[in-house]
Amino acid sequence: MSLDSLRLRQDFPIFERQVKPGMPLVYLDSTATTQKPLTVLQAMEEYYRRFNANVHRGVHTLAEEATALYEAARQKVAAFIHASDAHQVIFTRNASESINLVAYAWGRASLKAGDLIVLTEMEHHSNLVPWQMLSAALGVDLEFVPISEDGLLDLDAYRLLLDRRPRLVAFTHMSNVLGTINPAAEMIRLAHAAGALTLVDAAQSVPHLPVDVQALDVDFLAFSAHKMLGPTGIGALYGKRSLLEAMPPFLGGGDMIKTVHLREFTPADLPQKFEAGTPAIAEAVGFGAAVDYLDAIGMQAVADHEQEIITYALERLEEVRGVKVFGPPASQRGGVASFILEGVHPHDVAQILDTFGIAVRAGHHCAQPLHEKFGIPATTRASFYLYSLKEEVDALVEGLYRVKKIFA
Amino acid sequence: MDDLYREIIIERYKTPQYRGHLDPHDIHFEDDNPLCGDHIEVTLRVDSDGRVSDARFDGKGCAISQASADLLIESIIGKPLEEVKQLSKQDVLDLLGIELGPVRLKCALLSLKVLKAGIYGLGEASDELVE
Repeated sequence: MSLDSLRLRQDFPIFERQVKPGMPLVYLDSTATTQKPLTVLQAMEEYYRRFNANVHRGVHTLAEEATALYEAARQKVAAFIHASDAHQVIFTRNASESINLVAYAWGRASLKAGDLIVLTEMEHHSNLVPWQMLSAALGVDLEFVPISEDGLLDLDAYRLLLDRRPRLVAFTHMSNVLGTINPAAEMIRLAHAAGALTLVDAAQSVPHLPVDVQALDVDFLAFSAHKMLGPTGIGALYGKRSLLEAMPPFLGGGDMIKTVHLREFTPADLPQKFEAGTPAIAEAVGFGAAVDYLDAIGMQAVADHEQEIITYALERLEEVRGVKVFGPPASQRGGVASFILEGVHPHDVAQILDTFGIAVRAGHHCAQPLHEKFGIPATTRASFYLYSLKEEVDALVEGLYRVKKIFA
Repeated sequence: MDDLYREIIIERYKTPQYRGHLDPHDIHFEDDNPLCGDHIEVTLRVDSDGRVSDARFDGKGCAISQASADLLIESIIGKPLEEVKQLSKQDVLDLLGIELGPVRLKCALLSLKVLKAGIYGLGEASDELVE
């Protein structure tokens, strides 16, 4: 079943805007952040208008209602990724913070000098820098699963790295540059067989694919609300209960404690143990509304739509002489196409496209090592979501012809 | 066509007038903008009066960075170093004849930053040089 994206777009107020006079907004930067449907905006506004109070401690009606809304959002997010229990979902600021939480709370308590963490060459900085910081602090070693010319992980090399008995394997489920969808279930199975725990950076997969943490058997999974129709400022960490319970707290403060004395405290139970201070309550409510919106459509339908769009986009981009798209064929990727146009710097490409109301990203997309691997400083990236249209791909291609003409 | 890509910018990007490397030279400096990979190198000759007798740039990057380098080098030849030191962000924007957002401003100002760091004999090209 294919999505009626034209109709879905009516749910997104921003598409009423003409960023450049007389030209419709062609938003091809959903990998950076997605647009927000009206239901998400309304849910957050209604929370502030009718229910605003601090959560968990208050005994008055508003506090109880706000707590119920906040925890209902957690239930929705947990159900969305098929977690068996909502207490395994910790609200954080974003996927980066989720990964940092694991690096600090699990990493510093569990690892020692000489332990190995396996990452990949296609990681976003958010799944790279926290481990580099941990490595600098503890002396743990980092190794990287290499990628092939067509942007796929070298699984034979991965198996060899697993022979070195890493403590953790942390990898992206879907590359934000190449669009590559990695074989997460198989990689997790192999990691477990080698005695390693697993962390999946799901910032690009949870918004775009059906993700089932129990089927994956993943130990930790990190994602952000704003990349899946929700607000900025909130993300989630899923963790297996036994692991989360054994971990020391991350940040200290209010809300994360059971008792506090002048010289000691006992931490709260899950999930509050990892949620110090007043959380982003309205954002959690918006996150829940975003999940409702995606649930109503169905994630398989979202994935199928993006598969259709990326297949078309790769075909059309191929037609443009001088364009080189990085990454695997459409069948192995999500809705992301990073490319270079011969003779024109990606910044110039993006800037000229912007004058036609086409929003793309140019740069290294927080994956500088990946660009170094391909020997290029930057790419232009077009990325798609459930509201993307084939007509927008056409607009992109037409825009690229105009860029070429300007630089001819 | 968009104002940002005035003909002169495209023209100077495609056929720069002052691309090259002077050897020997009196002043040399190079730096890059890691965000987009733009790279600029400048070499200057200075005469006994403290004037720039000749100058060249080399590098790679976007049209804005390369065209602004070409225009900047053109503008300093024959000028006293003391005057070149006074060049500001606005002078570069005037050469380009466009307004730029914060990200592209970094591209446009890379050459001025490199030039000033070279003239002052600094080890690094800091943003403060082009305020």
